[in-house]
Amino acid sequence: MAEREQVPKPASDRESESTEAPAASERGAELKAELDDLLDEIDEVLETNAEDFVKSYIQKGGQ
Amino acid sequence: MAIAKTLGIETEYGIVHRGTDEPNPITASSLLINAFLATEGYRPDTRSDVIAWDFIDEHPDMDARGFSPMGAMAPEVETQLVNAVLRNGARYYVDHAHPEMSTPECADPLSVVRYDRAGELIVQRSMMAANELLPSGQELVLYKNNSDGKGNSYGTHENYLVSRDTPFGEIVRHCTAHFITRQIFTGAGKVGAELPGQRTDEVHYQLTQRADFFEEEVGLETTLKRPIINTRDEPHADARKYRRLHVIVGDANPSQVATFLKVGTTALVLALVEDGAIPTDFVFKAPVTSLRHVSHDLSLSEALPLADGTTVTALNVQWELFDLARKHEDDGGFETLGGEWVPEVLRRWESVLAGLERDPMALADQLDWVAKYRLLDGYRERHGLSWSDARVRAMDIQYSDMRPDRGLAWRVGLEQLVSDDDAAASISVPPNDTRAYFRGRCVRDFPDAVVAANWDSIVFDVGGDALRRVPMMEPMRGTEAHVGTLFDESDSAAELLRRLGN
Repeated sequence: MAEREQVPKPASDRESESTEAPAASERGAELKAELDDLLDEIDEVLETNAEDFVKSYIQKGGQ
Repeated sequence: MAIAKTLGIETEYGIVHRGTDEPNPITASSLLINAFLATEGYRPDTRSDVIAWDFIDEHPDMDARGFSPMGAMAPEVETQLVNAVLRNGARYYVDHAHPEMSTPECADPLSVVRYDRAGELIVQRSMMAANELLPSGQELVLYKNNSDGKGNSYGTHENYLVSRDTPFGEIVRHCTAHFITRQIFTGAGKVGAELPGQRTDEVHYQLTQRADFFEEEVGLETTLKRPIINTRDEPHADARKYRRLHVIVGDANPSQVATFLKVGTTALVLALVEDGAIPTDFVFKAPVTSLRHVSHDLSLSEALPLADGTTVTALNVQWELFDLARKHEDDGGFETLGGEWVPEVLRRWESVLAGLERDPMALADQLDWVAKYRLLDGYRERHGLSWSDARVRAMDIQYSDMRPDRGLAWRVGLEQLVSDDDAAASISVPPNDTRAYFRGRCVRDFPDAVVAANWDSIVFDVGGDALRRVPMMEPMRGTEAHVGTLFDESDSAAELLRRLGN
């Protein structure tokens, strides 16, 4: 067995290998905009009485 | 040597019967499934007529370690409840007061995603069919989650075919490390904690539904004192050649990417174990504690103590396992797994680990725990709510609501790997590359002749004195390539059996 390497490469090495960073932050901005839209409309679908709904959501234990 | 990985997922859904003062989850689950069977034109649902599950070969009390510890609770098989075999080779049944869907056997992780999604669509059709039968004002609603937030949990189990030659101790060692650390991408997210004695306000939000419910490192139980490694040794296949690793530690994932990675990375880790290709040994000092700590650590940076006195983070372990898998792929080591799926698992595994390292929140279209966190946190901030507010807790549950217009998971923009058209087609068509093909075609083509079926056999009544049992001890046989033409050319089950030489 090769010399034991318990801790893999640090994060900084990884980041220099990656070419996806700009795309990812663009994606982050897109996701932010989508989230804002969703939050604008979500009240329409949320349970109307959250307190009762949470209280009454009781399941039998399973596997 | 690593063997081709037959794969599958079993999901116990949460169920709520709205509009009644005396809900009974067992009755509701039976109604749900029977309503689906009737709508889809399955045989009538009287106990003697429906194509029933055959329990003769079920041995959930067999322990992979070769012994049953004193006092261990062997799981019971409930035989009296609705238990149907579907045309796609899946099993749809009532288990522990929950409706449960087991996918058919699949030959690759994307196929698992397809049949898991088909299962979700079946559940949606079942709700619609059941609600037509219920009095006005009543409704069945299902939830694809694993906890009611009050200490009751129900499972989502994965299954992997493994070579019997692989020592079970090797599987335990390496899979424990994988299961503790894969939570960073497999978690479905949960508000609060359900650990006895732990104040919920200490954990606002955690990565997984399930981590709070695990108390042992290794064991046979699935409902009490749940272990990280479940030792149920019930291969549903030739026991001299195969094991089935029954994984009970995962979450139910609405996210297809999470399901793909959960199954794909675990299949690769198992193949590495079979090939003896994991030289690095991550032995955790306190596996159960580390499992919980990873789930509770949104920074993904907690140092987890190993038995040798050093520490690792979950990301460290996942990068190491990824690197070993990448190297094994470069060396041609995964060729025995068959199929073309390994590079795609590696690509997504690397991409998600890099994303988690850089900015987890940018993975909101891929991972459940991120998607749910961003939605709940955004709502919380907008309305100035605390994490323990009932509205936030309600959204946690509603994330997994199976109604397409209500379930939040279906609205947050999760990436789909399998289109709904593709998944809908798989509601009545089995995978063509495992023995599920044989089971599904029998149910579809000769429903009147099939008396019972289970994972590894089918029982026929084709007239005459005796029932005829066709064993299917090889999960990768009975495929379309093996028997497709036989079905096409057989007008009856009797002819099929004759041509099979049975």
